[in-house]
Amino acid sequence: MFSWARRGVPGSMAALLATVMAAVAAEPGHFGYGTVPTPQQIAGWDIDARGDDGVGLPPGSGDVSKGEAVFAEQCAACHGTFGEGEGRFPKLAGGIGTLKDDRPELTVGSYWPFAPTLWDYINRAMPMPAPHTLSADDVYALTAYILSLNNIVPNDFVADRNSLARIKMPNRDNFLWTDPRPDTAAKPCMSACADPGAVKITSTAEGKDLTPRTTGPLDDMRAK
Amino acid sequence: MLAKLAQRRNVALGRRAILGLGAALTGTLAFGRDGAHAETSETSPPADAPWSQSIGAGVVDRPYGKPADFEAGVIRRNVPWLTAGTESSISFSPLQHLNGIITPNGLFFERYHAGRPDVDPDQHRLMIHGLVERPLLLTMKDIVRFPSVSRIHFIECPANGGMEWRAAQLNSLQFNHGMISCAEWTGVKLSTLLEEVGVKKEARWAMVEGADGAHMNRSLPLDKCLDDCLIVYAQNGEALRPEQGYPLRLVVPGWEGNVSIKWLRRIKLGEKPWYSREETSKYTDLMPDGTSRGFTWLIDAKSVITFPCPERPLSGPGLYEIRGLAWTGNGKVKRVDVSLDGGINWQTAQLHEPVLSKALTRFSLPWRWDGKPALLESRVIDETGYVQPTIAELRRQRGSNSVYHNNSIQTWQVKPDGSIFDVQLG
Ligand code: HEC
Repeated sequence: MFSWARRGVPGSMAALLATVMAAVAAEPGHFGYGTVPTPQQIAGWDIDARGDDGVGLPPGSGDVSKGEAVFAEQCAACHGTFGEGEGRFPKLAGGIGTLKDDRPELTVGSYWPFAPTLWDYINRAMPMPAPHTLSADDVYALTAYILSLNNIVPNDFVADRNSLARIKMPNRDNFLWTDPRPDTAAKPCMSACADPGAVKITSTAEGKDLTPRTTGPLDDMRAK
Repeated sequence: MLAKLAQRRNVALGRRAILGLGAALTGTLAFGRDGAHAETSETSPPADAPWSQSIGAGVVDRPYGKPADFEAGVIRRNVPWLTAGTESSISFSPLQHLNGIITPNGLFFERYHAGRPDVDPDQHRLMIHGLVERPLLLTMKDIVRFPSVSRIHFIECPANGGMEWRAAQLNSLQFNHGMISCAEWTGVKLSTLLEEVGVKKEARWAMVEGADGAHMNRSLPLDKCLDDCLIVYAQNGEALRPEQGYPLRLVVPGWEGNVSIKWLRRIKLGEKPWYSREETSKYTDLMPDGTSRGFTWLIDAKSVITFPCPERPLSGPGLYEIRGLAWTGNGKVKRVDVSLDGGINWQTAQLHEPVLSKALTRFSLPWRWDGKPALLESRVIDETGYVQPTIAELRRQRGSNSVYHNNSIQTWQVKPDGSIFDVQLG
């Protein structure tokens, strides 16, 4: 390749030309490998529903009482009958108003910003032992049930592509979607950076008995 | 291990019947008990060891090699009480035993949301669609035909160190820092594939999705996709391991590991992000005022001393080489400083080549330990001038409930007996 710079083209213009050339160099289908998927092939895998506006939610519907029945059968073993969570499995309800607490409780009701995300996640990932095996109607019903457990919808709520997109989740306005980091301002100080008297150990892992062993076979320890 | 050693030695000793079994066992036990310090063992000078007087196993005895039996303890490990089961869980790389910047494929940390699928490469497909000129369905054979690149990059789970936000809890390098690994990845640039499908001008975001049971999906800004993302099929020279996404994964250099979708099967372009569960319920950072930060993809600069550490204490006063690793999602590591007194005074460590962008970088500093208590710390500065913060500084900004992105300085307390403990300073 010859250099634009050497031919007297200013750097920024050279960069622009390079971008244009790259775009021209590779027309769609330049390599020609693979096939163009058929609409049916695309439809089979095109499962996503967008969280903020529900675009991609399929036709169908389901209500709270059907959701309660499906949940009892497919979900309650891990998540508890009322979404309270068995053992260390996630809690799906409660915790609204706890996000500023010392021990906040993050659930669908207290934390999730968008209702269509709930349909999308249950559809793609649950029930854990057999993901993506539920009908769209059942997923709508389960979504309605979990929202009702969190008192976000009334007991006669019917979930469908329109009703889910209209729900305003309690925590919706509390997300910042642009990263404010760097938010720390450490300085690369080299000497006498702290008062020696102020350097104190405030916590130690010693004696806490939480660390699995790091030699020999795997440790199956449980929390004490 | 002792029994195994004895057994192996007996086999090796077959030809040296003059040595009694009793003597062999005695030698074995001495070796086993004292490790490298066994000076009078019959395997050390002036004796000639049995493996020096016998013939070893032939080629293809192990057609796919494996580490020495004596390294059996060098394995990925998990914290069983952390998650409900192992299928949606994490395992940690044994950083205390690793040398260099490349993580061996069998020791690369694991993170699954629906277990490890065993995907048949002949049946695997990558579909690219949405706001594109020409949707595309690719087989693995198609993908390897595209122009290929190899790059060395780390992948770190943003929850690495997440258990230490409130207090020092786990007395271990492996468990506090082992959600990071680094490999040479080979594949095709995502930009090449996007040029091949033709990006429509309204497109701003890509949704990337896996073929595992979680159908794990994340949104990525198109700029990042066109910048340095890779669609890879090889890791350190061989096919990806199933644990790392065989046969195909995304690598998003310098960003939190969760976006580097494994078992990648679909890329869809759109004009907005998807706000999937993994970028709303999870992988968002809760602040003390109740607000949360989303799309915090960048891995900030971080470093840690890997020797000494709780798993590898000091064996008495004398000269040591403090060793460690540093990395940053911003690009290259520029400098690492080491403190022996809990951050009062610092000395600049030596960086080891190669210093690569968005890759692990080694550092070291010679240290003559006088046997007195010490507080060891390392602090990285990256090429943007960003300085790794203390945990106290991070907590001032973010409280202690944000789970992710704890890139604070690690303090190792050295006790007079040479033992090392994970501590936090006020
Ligand atoms: C075998 C146990 C099991 C069963 C059965 C199960 N789940 Fe789950 N569920 C989990 C686990 C484990 C997670 C966390 C997964 C992760 O984070 O990767 C989870 C996560 C979830 C979440 C997300 C929670 C959050 O706050 O992010 C929802 C919602 C959910 N499950 C709904 C369901 C529904 C609805 C069903 C029934 C159709 C179901 N689950 C069945 C184990 C289970």
